[in-house]
Amino acid sequence: MSPKTLYDKIWDAHVVQQDDDGTCLLYIDRHLVHEVTSPQAFEGLRMSGRTVRAPEKTIAVPDHNVPTTLDRASGVIENEESRIQVEALDKNAREFGVHYYPVNDVRQGILHSVGPKQGWTLPGMTVVCGDSHTATHGAFGALAHGIGTSEVEHVLATQTLIQKKSKNMKVEITGQLRPGVTAKDITLAVIGATGTAGGTGYVIEYCGEAIRSLSMEGRMTVCNMAIEGGARAGLIAPDETTFSYVKGRPHAPKGAQWEAALAWWKTLYTDEGAHFDKVVTLKGEDIQPVVTWGTSPEDVLPITATVPAPEDFKGGKVDAARRSLEYMGLTPGMKLTDIEIDTVFIGSCTNGRIEDLRAAAAVLKGKKIKDGMRAMVVPGSGLVRAQAEEEGLADIFKEAGFEWRLAGCSMCLAMNPDQLAEGERCASTSNRNFEGRQGYKGRTHLVSPAMAAAAALTGRLTDVRELI
Amino acid sequence: MEKFKKLTGIAAPMPLVNIDTDMIIPKVFLKTIKRSGLGVNLFDEMRYDRDGNEIPDFVLNKPQYREAEILVAGDNFGCGSSREHAPWALQDFGIKAVISTSFADIFFNNCFKNGILPIVLPPEQVDVLMKDAEKGANARMTVDLEAQEITTSDGQVFTFEVDAFKKHCLLNGLDDIGLTMEKSAAIDSFEAQAAQSRPWI
Repeated sequence: MSPKTLYDKIWDAHVVQQDDDGTCLLYIDRHLVHEVTSPQAFEGLRMSGRTVRAPEKTIAVPDHNVPTTLDRASGVIENEESRIQVEALDKNAREFGVHYYPVNDVRQGILHSVGPKQGWTLPGMTVVCGDSHTATHGAFGALAHGIGTSEVEHVLATQTLIQKKSKNMKVEITGQLRPGVTAKDITLAVIGATGTAGGTGYVIEYCGEAIRSLSMEGRMTVCNMAIEGGARAGLIAPDETTFSYVKGRPHAPKGAQWEAALAWWKTLYTDEGAHFDKVVTLKGEDIQPVVTWGTSPEDVLPITATVPAPEDFKGGKVDAARRSLEYMGLTPGMKLTDIEIDTVFIGSCTNGRIEDLRAAAAVLKGKKIKDGMRAMVVPGSGLVRAQAEEEGLADIFKEAGFEWRLAGCSMCLAMNPDQLAEGERCASTSNRNFEGRQGYKGRTHLVSPAMAAAAALTGRLTDVRELI
Repeated sequence: MEKFKKLTGIAAPMPLVNIDTDMIIPKVFLKTIKRSGLGVNLFDEMRYDRDGNEIPDFVLNKPQYREAEILVAGDNFGCGSSREHAPWALQDFGIKAVISTSFADIFFNNCFKNGILPIVLPPEQVDVLMKDAEKGANARMTVDLEAQEITTSDGQVFTFEVDAFKKHCLLNGLDDIGLTMEKSAAIDSFEAQAAQSRPWI
């Protein structure tokens, strides 16, 4: 048998049928559903008299629209359209009988936090969701990617997707990271190196010593942003770190099934000599804490750098950079560490997990954020929030001057009331710095949780290595 | 789904690279539970000022491009989120084909589900089409899916690649859920097999 990549192995295990032209019907093991991209899909089922084929493999959580303020327990979502979407999910989840974590369930949170935490996400699975950051689950060695609403309806009705296989890409991070450098810096540095279309047409497997050394939380951060690099999905081969994270979770296999699963999971790695269509290698030692300066996630520079000029680029990127600099209100040549910020957001499916909160709290401990700074922590799920409270992290945040919120997507995409006002500038642990992403004319600098905490203390983008 | 066979129409030039789904349809418009009516908010933050007035410089506000049915766009069009609201908004506005050097994966797939044809061409050909689009309303382009050809206003012809299955669905306006439902026996047998080999799923 010819050697296979990890992606080849997972793909092959899920092909229901293959046509002569390579079009496949791919079986889906887990389908995650949220309130924004599913109402039209459920409505489609109703109109055509169809049902959900595998409700036991379908998990619904409201996350995009939900308020994160502490008064949300009282029930009412003030924004009428948001309320209607959440109510529609509530109704659809109950009517079609899928697993459901409503707003006031302590397990509620961002889907990509809830899935792994509840043990829904397991190695070797196919996982889809009407959300591009489904790539997060690739950290478990699961083939996970975002789909549109028509495909959500297709999966609901048939538990399959019509797909053609992507090409294989390997991203290797050799060696070890230096102090102050995190998984977020890895994933941003990769996008900085390959561009936001560098992964288009590929599934990326991240490997190398620096990746192996990451916790599951860190691996999720890396895979989460595979989509910002244009890839369909990101993958990391499962290992002992993965197995010990999964073991004992509510929906993880138990007893004899655990042993059977483990035996298969241990075969999920890329064979020696397997072919990759594209290979990118970065040295872990070379990666520095990074920030974005522009309005595309590829606009990445080390914190020690200066704002570039449009002329530093080629082709269509010259005009794009000019537009970005104008939008961001930045002048070429200024030091990134001279950029003053007024808002800090720690959270999102990229960086809303316990390890992220620990990293930020370690920088903040015993200190106060800059006067006038608006800073908030939005944990990825209710259980992350509870754990952070137990570990004393919540107190560190509150004493530093952060707002301590309830779980949700929040200011990552600002569909709920957590938004930037016009011209406000945010150091954000989220995944997209697009124009208007965090609020109309809001300005976003993507950073790691430790870098976000550092910026909250000084009021400007800051090299966290100076504070640790 | 509406069929796509052959289209002759106005093409609007949007040379900016990395036009993302937040630009195509900002999140405030994702709160709908319907698919229709999003065309008026297509490119909302580029198209209107904060008071809702049209920004005259934006390409689709210019008189010659208000009826555009084709977009010629910069590299990596549709990057960002999985929101199908992006092709819904394009379709509702009247855009039926988008031409670029590359598209983001999810957006690309979403287009085909909504009767929109995304076409990938090499940079030098997109440059020619961009210049053709810049000529305005008198320069009509033809996109022929059956023949897999684009003809510029002055008769230059470019061929393009398209996935055979996607082409078939688009030409015939087919709902692929219906097609997959016909394969339910194969899905049943896959499930039965998987229940044996991976019972923990």
